[in-house]
Amino acid sequence: MARVETTSQVLTGAEATAHAMRQIRPDVVPVYPITPQTPIIQTFSRFVADGKTDTVLLQVESEHSAMSAAVGAALAGGRTMTATASQGLALMVEVVYIAAGLRAPVVIAVGNRALSGPINIHGDHSDGMLARDSGALQLYAQDAQEAYDLTVLAPRLAEHPDVMLPVMVGQDGFNVTHSAEPVALLADEEVGEFVGEYRIPNPLLGGEGPSSHGVFAMPDSYFEIRYQLVEAVEAAEHVYDELAAEYARRFGRFLPAIDSYRMEDAQRALLVLGSAAGTAKDVVDDLRGEGERVGLLALRLYRPFPEAALRAAMGGVTRLGVLDRAVSPGAYPPLFSDAHAALSGTGIELRSFVYGLGGRDLSTRALRQVLSELAAPAAARIRYVGLRGEDDDGES
Amino acid sequence: MSGAIGPLRAGGVVLPGDVPRPRTGGWRTGRKPAVDLSRCVNCLVCWIHCPDTAVLQEHAVFQGFNYDLCKGCEICVEVCPADAISMVPEQTELAAGGVLPGTGVLAHGQG
Ligand code: SF4
Ligand code: SF4
Repeated sequence: MARVETTSQVLTGAEATAHAMRQIRPDVVPVYPITPQTPIIQTFSRFVADGKTDTVLLQVESEHSAMSAAVGAALAGGRTMTATASQGLALMVEVVYIAAGLRAPVVIAVGNRALSGPINIHGDHSDGMLARDSGALQLYAQDAQEAYDLTVLAPRLAEHPDVMLPVMVGQDGFNVTHSAEPVALLADEEVGEFVGEYRIPNPLLGGEGPSSHGVFAMPDSYFEIRYQLVEAVEAAEHVYDELAAEYARRFGRFLPAIDSYRMEDAQRALLVLGSAAGTAKDVVDDLRGEGERVGLLALRLYRPFPEAALRAAMGGVTRLGVLDRAVSPGAYPPLFSDAHAALSGTGIELRSFVYGLGGRDLSTRALRQVLSELAAPAAARIRYVGLRGEDDDGES
Repeated sequence: MSGAIGPLRAGGVVLPGDVPRPRTGGWRTGRKPAVDLSRCVNCLVCWIHCPDTAVLQEHAVFQGFNYDLCKGCEICVEVCPADAISMVPEQTELAAGGVLPGTGVLAHGQG
């Protein structure tokens, strides 16, 4: 895995993502600005204006149009990326379903942000969860470095012949999009060689003959075509694993679908998506120092849900605290529901914790509290961590 | 998977030949178009308007009708500027291509 060191730069997650896009050199990027995604596309626009990539940047009038143009461009035969967040993703979602159904491999950088109302510009995962069942794959980055690496990896995942699906690369709004840290970029040529040429079967332009995309499917064929989509999403797990291994071989950075942190002999563990992993690792380190057998699992791959890998990662864990940064009002939140289904029959007790809606900080103190609650009988069906009135240290 | 609906390609993509061309000729209800070739000025307005590619042409020369595809909608009758097309009972005997007998013979287009 050893490899000559690349230069590190101090970059935000958004800037690192824009660098990845510059190095991928997509043919078409239709996009509409929205906080906290805007710095991605602002930085990328500058690269285009400075001639660093010959991408056609389409400034459209809405995210619905951005995604519509992206579907057309991807099916026409051009590598296509876009970026969005929150309400923008919500507006896109109608067409994200179509992109998945038509098997358009568009890469979508997402600066995950709360949904209105009330209006809020800060981070949570409500927007990603809105697109959860679209058939688009979903990756979640823990920090700026991962936002960069997963963006570089995403076109290969999207365009793999067994997959052919849109891929959303999520990074928590502000926690990652706007936080600067050292990021090691690959060389431009390395990224170019890794992503290779864009190739899809039967492109509308430059293909071997005419093809019709987006045709009407009657009850005699719709079910089968949707089932093919299900199979493709499921196939993406293995493809992701292979790409992660190849990425590690070539560039020395290994990003498995599940980041298992100090899970050896752990009895209690947390399951998270995104930037909460960093805070949780600190807390796990502290508690390990105090002799507590705790660990952390952070999913980088959320769709497809790595069910078997999650079961395998559990080891001797008897209680798992699942932290959701989104709610499903009237039911258990999404990550909890997924994990609960995946671990049914294992005897592991799962507890649901909701945190960080609308950008509320998740403190180390709150996570220590969650882990200590896991040692005791459940206090509530769903615990709202940091909610005023439920937690005294809601603002800490 | 195949059959009447053809192969189901990923994303529902359809390629030429995947889907059998429907025989819309079966939709006619007792009348079919016929052409009076002595009136036809070969403008091909009928050809461009026919929704079922049932009007035939070869190198820009009118070649009559394909009755397997003609659904009897009468659009060609309506649009023909020379009033050369009329609807006739289904059992009417016509010359090749649907030409009214005694009005002329279809000329082949030259490539
Ligand atoms: S009636 Fe005329 S326009 Fe209509 S389908 Fe037949 S040939 Fe075509
Ligand atoms: S529209 Fe009438 S005149 Fe023109 S080609 Fe057809 S039949 Fe002939």
